[in-house]
Amino acid sequence: MTVPVVAPASPARRMPVRTRRLLGLGLLVVLAVVAALASIAVGTRSIGLGDVWRALADPSLATDDAVIVRGLRIPRTVLGLLVGTALGIAGALMQGHTRNPLGDPGLLGVTAGASLAVVLAISLLGVGTPAGYVWFALAGALAGTVLVYAIGSAGPGGATPLTLALAGAALSALLYALVRALLVGDAQTLDSFRFWVVGSLAGRGADVAWQVAPFIAVGIALAVANTPALNLLSLGEDVARGLGQRIWPARAVGLFAVTLLCGAATAACGPIAFVGLVAPHVVRAFTGPDHRWLIPCAGLLGAVLLLTADVLGRVAARPGELQAGIVLALIGAPFFIALVRRRRTVGL
Amino acid sequence: MSATTATAQAVRLGPVSGRLRWRSVLVPLTTGVVLVLVSALSLGRGDFPIGVGDVLRTLVGLGDPSQAFVLLELRAPRIVVGALVGTALGLAGALFQTFARNPLASPDVLGITQGASVGAVAAIVLAGGGGPAGALLGGLGVPVAALAGALLAGSLLLALTWRSGIDGYRLVLVGIALWSAAAALTDWLLTRADITDAAAAYVWITGSLNARTWDHALPLLGTLAVVLPLALATSRVLGVLQFGDDTARGLGVRLPLAQTVVVLLAVVAVAVAVAASGPVTFVALVVPQIAVRLTGGSRPPLLASALLGAVLVVGADLAARTALPQALPVGILTAVLGAPYLLWLLVRGRRRTT
Repeated sequence: MTVPVVAPASPARRMPVRTRRLLGLGLLVVLAVVAALASIAVGTRSIGLGDVWRALADPSLATDDAVIVRGLRIPRTVLGLLVGTALGIAGALMQGHTRNPLGDPGLLGVTAGASLAVVLAISLLGVGTPAGYVWFALAGALAGTVLVYAIGSAGPGGATPLTLALAGAALSALLYALVRALLVGDAQTLDSFRFWVVGSLAGRGADVAWQVAPFIAVGIALAVANTPALNLLSLGEDVARGLGQRIWPARAVGLFAVTLLCGAATAACGPIAFVGLVAPHVVRAFTGPDHRWLIPCAGLLGAVLLLTADVLGRVAARPGELQAGIVLALIGAPFFIALVRRRRTVGL
Repeated sequence: MSATTATAQAVRLGPVSGRLRWRSVLVPLTTGVVLVLVSALSLGRGDFPIGVGDVLRTLVGLGDPSQAFVLLELRAPRIVVGALVGTALGLAGALFQTFARNPLASPDVLGITQGASVGAVAAIVLAGGGGPAGALLGGLGVPVAALAGALLAGSLLLALTWRSGIDGYRLVLVGIALWSAAAALTDWLLTRADITDAAAAYVWITGSLNARTWDHALPLLGTLAVVLPLALATSRVLGVLQFGDDTARGLGVRLPLAQTVVVLLAVVAVAVAVAASGPVTFVALVVPQIAVRLTGGSRPPLLASALLGAVLVVGADLAARTALPQALPVGILTAVLGAPYLLWLLVRGRRRTT
């Protein structure tokens, strides 16, 4: 995609780029802290911040509040932070590498592979809990991406962003067709699958967070290491090559990071498409195209988005819950559209 | 095909002259012939096989009544609906991909088919649950609810993208937002539903041609009779739009009008198709990409995409009815047949651009 829309410099936005970026980053950090605190305090049972502090300061405290904070709210919040960050960063990497605004991290076959693996686990092995799905989903996500890479790079031109995106879309459609073929005649499996596929933080304990954390940590490290190369690549492959950047290793590292991040996130929470799609577009408005700023900011915004949606979902349908994936899309979509319309979105 | 057949040739006929690219004539012609053959084959095959001779006799009105019933009332409508749905989806996919200059921009990604799914799933799920909304939706019936959902999503897409013109980039961004909202609504309705309703709704959102009658085919035929010629007429403008908005304006294209017409045509084509068959996924995404690789032009060709779409859906339906032990909805087979073909084209393809 090459539609570089340069926003006209209005007086209000003549603030130096660096100040704008620092302000944006600071705001995102504050929002993330607020969202995390809200996620610990708000729920079916509201817990004051004082009680939260006492529960954290004194591990031997055994009041109901303390048990809830330590056993349920903290793991859930940590998981939300991890998964949201992973999805935001994966989205920024994916859009940078494919140079396509539709570059959803699930496009590389991650979501489709994970979905097929989960459906197989439910229907053949009778697995039925979120914690039980994790390893199947992760394995499916990795297998899906390996296939997409293999096919996307098999052509004479090697793996270009376009062939990868098309191979991903085609293979995803094929895998989803298999998912549907399995589900159409099998109401029992559909009954479990329909609750996984919406994407939620509910019912995942600390064990799930521990299982996916190493993958996300490695993914973030690779993503950060990939940023200078990604900046060069966004000048076009020829220019990047001329500046001494080796193209294929840079792409491989970046897309491997996407696989780890998005695969781990999908394994933990089910497919949550919106964060990865939207977070990079939103932060690009103040970071500009520099990936050294874009990637951390997209990660932070991803965490803010996911945690906020999770908290809203707990409040909106008391005493039940709305799944975070649904809240995110329903509330996030109008906001995103308003943003797209108000300021001229910066092209890739 | 060698390079010589891919390049344009100047053709002169008296005072008229023009450029003619042989592949952009040959591919639609061949596809049309294949479509007729596959449809004829599909008419004869099924649980009650009928020979080619009997099929021909029945078509000209000389067959016996029981065969005429099977052919004309059961199989023909299904095949016609399939062909029309494929035509509409292939056409709409080519329009969107050309307009947005993005090979991933299909009506599935831009939220239009998801809008139809919301309408249909709401009609199936809420009609069982009672309440005024349920009664209203149940009374409308699933196809009308789907049509309403698709048209609503399409008009939202158009209205929200509009800012003194339609920018392809903004269209794509607004589209994915609409898609994710509609997908979330569908998933949410599915989790709220009784599991039998959810299973029925799931079959619908997979896209199926089961039990389609002439009542499904006629509105589709009428709409396409208007939309297809109009779309083909925009072909020249689409070619100019490819060079970017500024160039197009410089070449004298009335930009807002042309953009609105293209998007509207695509939305209407998708909406009527989805109302008839459910969201037969993947046709609109993959067919234009296959077509552009066959014809070798710079953008998805409209007529070839439409015809290839029809071949894919009719062929998938034939395979679903005859080759498989258990009859699966056609929406599964379109992906199973279309995806490997696109993958194969990618593996051996020379093209590196859209």
